[in-house]
Amino acid sequence: MARPTSRRPGQNRRAQYGLFASYVIAVTGALFGLFLVIVSMADPVGFAAIRSTTAEIARPVPLTFKRLISGVGTLDENIVAYVKAGSQNAALRRQVDANRPLLIEAQAIRQENIRLKALLRLVDTTKDNVATARLISSSASSIRRIARISAGRLQGVLPGMPVRAAEGLIGRVMISGANTADVMLLTDGQNIVPVRRARDNLAAISTGLDDGTVEIRALSPGLNPFRPGDILVTSGTGGLYSPNVPVAIVVDQRNGFAIGVPLASPARVEAVLVQRPYDANIPPPVPPAAPTPAPKPVKPAP
Amino acid sequence: MMTPVPRLGSMPSLWRLRSVPIAAVMFGSSVSALLPVIAQSPSLPPFGLLVLLAWRLLHPEMWPLWIAVPLGAFDDIMTGQALGSAMFLWTVVLIGIEMVDQRIMWRDYWHDWLLVLAALNVCLGGAWFFAVLSGSRASISLILPQLLWSALSYPLIVRAIARLDRWRIMA
Repeated sequence: MARPTSRRPGQNRRAQYGLFASYVIAVTGALFGLFLVIVSMADPVGFAAIRSTTAEIARPVPLTFKRLISGVGTLDENIVAYVKAGSQNAALRRQVDANRPLLIEAQAIRQENIRLKALLRLVDTTKDNVATARLISSSASSIRRIARISAGRLQGVLPGMPVRAAEGLIGRVMISGANTADVMLLTDGQNIVPVRRARDNLAAISTGLDDGTVEIRALSPGLNPFRPGDILVTSGTGGLYSPNVPVAIVVDQRNGFAIGVPLASPARVEAVLVQRPYDANIPPPVPPAAPTPAPKPVKPAP
Repeated sequence: MMTPVPRLGSMPSLWRLRSVPIAAVMFGSSVSALLPVIAQSPSLPPFGLLVLLAWRLLHPEMWPLWIAVPLGAFDDIMTGQALGSAMFLWTVVLIGIEMVDQRIMWRDYWHDWLLVLAALNVCLGGAWFFAVLSGSRASISLILPQLLWSALSYPLIVRAIARLDRWRIMA
């Protein structure tokens, strides 16, 4: 292709000015863009109105596709499950037998828990769940990990609400439009969740690594106490996430921290629940004793 | 199959000539918002950028330089990047291509591809840099697969755009 000519206007004054003006506008626009980036670093959920408007317009398309192809994402697993059906059946049967006493025990503990909570007047009087929704699309070409759900302000979804699936925590609502909301996933680099080890209350912080995993750092200084296979659940500290929602399972140890994989894979869950922030469930203090959620006692690692 | 030819003496409407490229870039930007894929890492190529580059390299004089500002703003809104990042990076890329165009006499297919690869590096790397500045701890290696797929998908996209271009100028 030969060199374009109109971008070298020669002696034509008018064309020269026009070219110069287009450079000036472009550079000004680029600098304005840079300014907006800096603004949005200070205020990550800024310009929410524009974003949610376009999300509303785009909403029907991914929602329709989602209904059509919801099975495609798990196709490989279905095939593997078919091949392994026999041996898996036997293994599952054994597991069910082993789990039955534990289940009965858990039921008894639950009853006891309800009774103790009633004594403490910490009964959840408000309903936890605001809405159920589907995950309809995500920021697949961007480095941020943000997914969009099919419920918004009209269904009661407001920014800051935690989002979970049956398997575990998904993330929290960042922006909510009329019928859609953007959810910052657990694996986003800016999502920080206070967690504890399910086994022994060891408190930790989970931070997204943007690549489908999370970084788990123990709050207590010292060596990394986590081992692969440890299950982490929310601790309820901070008052956003209700306690005991499954978060991640530790898969790897690094120097000073552990790598975890979320228990609820956003690519696979069918429906998600949007919940009220945990704080909203705490009844007003009963004088004279103010029932605040006591921080979980941190036991040193064995 | 007969390829369509323009009727003698007729011109496609100006509206069609102007709006088709812009609509194509906007559609490219919206792909990730339209697909029901919940990605766990940056996996889809930045289609908006690739379509923009395809039009720019096919028709160097079609757009003024500042076209990347409004189109980049739309891309930021659709893809979930911080608003302004594509506005800035796309304009930088277009100005860069302008500079290169003034240096090299002739531009063939491989030059185009190299230009696109450089532009992808600037845009994806820049978006990563902005994410890191705002507190993310993602490693730079996270964008390498995306970079590879984007570079490989460019020939496909430039052909699709060339086909669309032929439809655009046939009245």
